[in-house]
Amino acid sequence: MVCRADAVECIIHRRTGWIELTEIKAKNELVGNKARCSSIGSILGTTLMLEEKTDAEQQGIKRIDVEAVNTAGVREPLYAARKKVFPQRAKGTFRRLKWIIMVLTLAVYYITPWLKWDRGEFAPDQAVLIDLANRRFYFFFIEIWPQEFYYVAGLLVMAGIGLFLVTSTVGRAWCGYTCPQTVWVDLFLVVERAIEGDRNARIKLDKSPWSVNKLAKRLSKHAVWLLIAVSTGGAWIFYFAEAPNLLRELVTLQAPAIAYITIAILTATTYTFGGLMREQVCTYMCPWPRIQAAMLDEHSATVTYNDWRGEPRNKHTKKAIAEGKNVGDCVDCNACVAVCPMGIDIRNGQQLECITCALCIDACDNVMDKLGKERGLISYTTLNDYNANVKLATGPDGLVNPKNVRGKNGRLVDAVINANWRTLIRPRTLLYAALLGSIGFGMLYVLSTRDQLSLSVLHDRNPLYVLLSDGSVRNGYDVKIVNMENDPRTIELTMNGLAGGSMRLAGQNSEPVGTLQFEIEPDQVHPLRLYVQADPDDLAGKSEIFEFVITDIQNDESAVARAKFETP
Amino acid sequence: MAEKENPQNEIDEISGVETTGHEWDGIRELNNPLPRWWLWTFYACIIWAIGYMIAYPAIPLIKGNTPGLLGYSSRADVAREIEAAKEGQVTFLDMISQSEVSDIIANDELARFARAGGQAAFKVNCSQCHGSGAQGSVGFPNLNDDEWIWGGSAQDIYLTIAHGVRYEEDFDTRFNEMPAFGAFGILSREEIQTVASYTAFLGGLEGGQDSEEGALIFENNCAACHGPGGLGEPALGAPPLNNAISLYAGNLESIVAQVNTPQHGVMPGWTEKLGDTVVKQLAVYVHSLGGGE
Repeated sequence: MVCRADAVECIIHRRTGWIELTEIKAKNELVGNKARCSSIGSILGTTLMLEEKTDAEQQGIKRIDVEAVNTAGVREPLYAARKKVFPQRAKGTFRRLKWIIMVLTLAVYYITPWLKWDRGEFAPDQAVLIDLANRRFYFFFIEIWPQEFYYVAGLLVMAGIGLFLVTSTVGRAWCGYTCPQTVWVDLFLVVERAIEGDRNARIKLDKSPWSVNKLAKRLSKHAVWLLIAVSTGGAWIFYFAEAPNLLRELVTLQAPAIAYITIAILTATTYTFGGLMREQVCTYMCPWPRIQAAMLDEHSATVTYNDWRGEPRNKHTKKAIAEGKNVGDCVDCNACVAVCPMGIDIRNGQQLECITCALCIDACDNVMDKLGKERGLISYTTLNDYNANVKLATGPDGLVNPKNVRGKNGRLVDAVINANWRTLIRPRTLLYAALLGSIGFGMLYVLSTRDQLSLSVLHDRNPLYVLLSDGSVRNGYDVKIVNMENDPRTIELTMNGLAGGSMRLAGQNSEPVGTLQFEIEPDQVHPLRLYVQADPDDLAGKSEIFEFVITDIQNDESAVARAKFETP
Repeated sequence: MAEKENPQNEIDEISGVETTGHEWDGIRELNNPLPRWWLWTFYACIIWAIGYMIAYPAIPLIKGNTPGLLGYSSRADVAREIEAAKEGQVTFLDMISQSEVSDIIANDELARFARAGGQAAFKVNCSQCHGSGAQGSVGFPNLNDDEWIWGGSAQDIYLTIAHGVRYEEDFDTRFNEMPAFGAFGILSREEIQTVASYTAFLGGLEGGQDSEEGALIFENNCAACHGPGGLGEPALGAPPLNNAISLYAGNLESIVAQVNTPQHGVMPGWTEKLGDTVVKQLAVYVHSLGGGE
């Protein structure tokens, strides 16, 4: 029971009937029953009004006492302490979707390093491995060498365009569903809820003085958080070494120091960001919200409070209707604010803080169900659709009135535009999708048709040529043969287009020959130092362009590199 | 970029937050409070910086700087790294000092080490005369080709580097002297011209002319050292004259000059300055340049 007075708080202890009066500034509610209220009122020399149960409360919707962390009009000092956010558990479609995505992303993160992929005896069999020591990146059937880093650049370009595509269609979906910060905070909240209970229990625990119970709950919560944090950091390093070996070394304390340091750093960041800082990371540390917000357009779906049907919000709808006032669908139950992990009020419009996790949609839909009204007071809506609906709700007097969107039967009229998947398809998104696809397929094509055997030749700069005593001229070359296959090969090296040319390997005093044959190692660059000799009288000009050709004698795969032969 | 003063501290309608009064092309800056943890991070950085200044060298003084409690110095770090690198080289250097040059070349791993060391030493000590690519220049032989004045085997190259050429301070130095056929009046002007033409002919140079007279003069005066037909004699340090490679300019004029008043290049012996191990590495490097025999 609540009764109101100005600037006075009155708490009536239920059992003793003892009355406590406290002067307060913002809050003006009194707890009691009607008789008490009036008697207290007479004591205080003021009239206390009994606040009736709201219509929503009568329908089983409890009004939640909560204020958005970024509420307008409250002046803060220069530095503001973090306002604690106690997100309530949401239930509904989007919460289910978030659970599924959370399980999937966490599973991908933890399981990936343990997947195997057979590459033969000369290469590791870990499916995804960033082998920094040997400078190789393995990803299932793909193996990237350091000089092919442009594939990674291509992936980054794709990630950029993918971001454009996702943002222009479904807004900050990355933030709301798949960002590691969101996923891990969700995970940490699951733990917090399991140990300390849901919103109200957590607030109560937070306000209560220290006790054994509180200490036990807090300690166990932080212990589980740390455990998650350690396993997060622990999983990360398995991407950089053979996982089973590294795990064995880790446990027996024989892993390299950098492994432990990496785990320690990631444990600290996971624990701090996921457990302690949460929404602060998104609001103050992440550049994403600023960039993403700039990429939205009027066709992008964002989480929107449909004020054209919600306002004016009212706690006492029946009374207001009886008084002939306009009444919107919003019963001001604050459910949307209570579930928000960012602690904001979506009804204040689109905000930088909103990660569009859509939990407020779930919360509001549940309320609308109980009230027997259509879902979607808060919904994924584009700015265009929203504006159209506002126009629909605007009466001839130029004022928005929710009556205008309701038919005679009290239902929303058909002209109201609901979320439509067709808004996803428009020139901008098609262009992004086409770009994304063409870059992706282009890279895949290049990757699958790239040479597994290649050759590069560098002519000596100093000296350019060496005159030999028999009148012939010798040129030196640094040749590198790249074998990207995970098997050793036998390679034949020949020259093409140098009249009378012959060659020998440096360091061997053998007679120069026309063809060389040698073994090259699996998955390695094989360097050679070559001396090529020719008689300048056989050549047409002072310098001659010719080719080095290498051929794998087993499968005839070959590679060619052009080179220059210089004479005095 | 117009910046306006805003003494009234206008309140932004949408966010309800006071503005700073700064405005850029219509965009006004909100005076949102910074998160307090940001402030603490800032303080923590200051404290860290103070600790860092105490622990590490930081404040410049008139001479040097404050050393810091940890006594860290990047110079000492480099010295340690060099020390470690040198320690790592000890085994190889020991092997080199105890091996013949030809044995070093036969051992692939050791040869690679010696070549790298020799290349570095060459760049510092030899490139001034022989060129950075050992390509030589007029009066300084090219070390890449297959003509060797004092022999091109690994051991010959080693001895040449170790003791030098006409290096008077070394008793074992390579020494020879070509007589000044013109200056001493051994050959007349015409004879010198004739034999020079013949020599140019032997080497296939421009202006070369075969003549019986020239062959005779060559036979009587030059072949004793340079060998019959200008084959050359490494044991005497007499370069071959029957090919296109010349120590000097490689034309008729320079041959005439050389016969008349010979130039005699000098190369110092390097053992004293660089030590035997480095000389061996140099020999391995020079031998590997393509002409080593």
